[in-house]
Amino acid sequence: MKLDDTLLPLLYMLAAIGFILAIKWLNSPATARRGVIVGEIAMVLAVVGTLLRFEVVQYQWILVAFVLGSAVGVPIAYIMPMTAVPQRTAFSHACGALASALIGTAEYYKGLDQGAGFSKVVMVALVIETLLGFLTFTASMMAFGKLQELLAQRPITYKGQNLVNLGVFAAAAGVGLALIVSPERSVLFPVFTALALLFGVLLIIPIGGADMPTVIALLNSYAGLSASAMGFVLNNKLLIVAGALDGSSGFILSIIMCRAMNRSFTNVLFGAFGQLQTSSAAAGEAKPVHSATPEDAAQILDSARSVVVIPGYGMAVAQAQHKLREMFDMLTRRGVEVRFAIHPVAGRMPGHMNVLLAEADIPYDKLFEMDDINPEMANEDVALIIGANDVVNPGAETDPHSPIAGMPIIQAYKARTVMVIKRSMNPGFAGIDNDLYYRDNTLMLFGDAKSFLSSIVKELGALAKV
Amino acid sequence: MGAYEFDLWVFMLAAFLGFQLIRGVSPLLHTPLMSLTNAISAITVVGAILLTGEKDASNLSRILGFSAVFLAVLNVVSGFLITDRMLKMFKRREPDKK
Repeated sequence: MKLDDTLLPLLYMLAAIGFILAIKWLNSPATARRGVIVGEIAMVLAVVGTLLRFEVVQYQWILVAFVLGSAVGVPIAYIMPMTAVPQRTAFSHACGALASALIGTAEYYKGLDQGAGFSKVVMVALVIETLLGFLTFTASMMAFGKLQELLAQRPITYKGQNLVNLGVFAAAAGVGLALIVSPERSVLFPVFTALALLFGVLLIIPIGGADMPTVIALLNSYAGLSASAMGFVLNNKLLIVAGALDGSSGFILSIIMCRAMNRSFTNVLFGAFGQLQTSSAAAGEAKPVHSATPEDAAQILDSARSVVVIPGYGMAVAQAQHKLREMFDMLTRRGVEVRFAIHPVAGRMPGHMNVLLAEADIPYDKLFEMDDINPEMANEDVALIIGANDVVNPGAETDPHSPIAGMPIIQAYKARTVMVIKRSMNPGFAGIDNDLYYRDNTLMLFGDAKSFLSSIVKELGALAKV
Repeated sequence: MGAYEFDLWVFMLAAFLGFQLIRGVSPLLHTPLMSLTNAISAITVVGAILLTGEKDASNLSRILGFSAVFLAVLNVVSGFLITDRMLKMFKRREPDKK
């Protein structure tokens, strides 16, 4: 008894401090790993503190779950390729959200059994916890399916979709409200659960692959808020704090993603991207482009003083990171300054491109944010675009009718020479024509990113021997 | 002050702290950030343990609690490990080999 009153609250408090420091130290790569260690210690403190509590007497099931959870979790962490990190993240949002929804469900039925009734506060928190938990679970599984390409990447829309979605959400909220008013009407709970699960599915159906970074971040936020709501149910400050940290983190990241695409939340969630603009692409077919061979490209790169590489997700799809790193090494050795410009939505989740380049051993002090590199773009000899399209489309700045009008872009067009590695002239994922490809200072390098880069590397090697 | 009012204050302050902290994180590390906060939010394991370990928990509580412990531990373990695996890859330029 004594232990519970004095030592255990302190353990929880230490754990909360640990989580806060963990996030704080993540602000720079130099201290980030220390942050992870502190976070791990904090988690151990919280778990030990909970296991020691006097109400916890049955250990066998807990232990079995620990062993099973670790047995699945460890291989996931080590085997998962870095290109699949967005899927893993979506999957773990699903797991986390389901965990809190299940706990909420159990708490509800436990309270019913005990017959003591629920206070209004607990019931409100319980409804929020399970609503967010269940809807985030199915929404994250849908996001996982789209990212893993088990489901169609294209947004699926139908007439009256928003009305249906809002209707289902209103129904879920209504039943939730009824539960808050009269918790003893237990028949409502399964209905509430089903509506929340359904809403999660409906929410993701109209969302396309390009919007995934925003959606993942938003689901991250929901999963955190659900955990925080559980803290209100259990009257546990540690859960409230940890959940609030996660909730605000996901929220900020999704705002950053929205800004990087110049879109609003409502537009991402209800505006199904990639629908209207297919017609404009056809007009571009006839315009002439300049193309070049790997040999030309190697010579241009070799004689440049500064090169900015702008990678997009296409680069990762082609698995070209390691060839890119070889090219980076060769050019750097020959005195060319090579830097990388990373658009916030490059990749499938916030910061994804940085991880992919870091995995290929490209030093992180060569990775630059869009806002830092744009002012210097006019002084760059070469901008080399690999697998990126919309994020370098000047139409976003000049054409008010473009579907991406107003989206901040990396101003590759300002560089003296622009080179674009691209499979063909087919418009990209979003189907938007890109005026950059037809400019006089643009050279199109047609081919697969990986094989084209290895040809460039070969040519650079030949130049080095001359 | 009621318990819930106190809890709301805690929530509000923690959310503000979160906003301030996250804004300081470089976009370079946004992916590890998300997997770290994901691991942290698996603190729900606390609630799951309390439910599963209770003396006379109903079968329903036990089953749901057990599943929740499993799911949360999965997130804790894979979340922290993959965050560290990613962070290990972030290196500055090596002081020239050979």
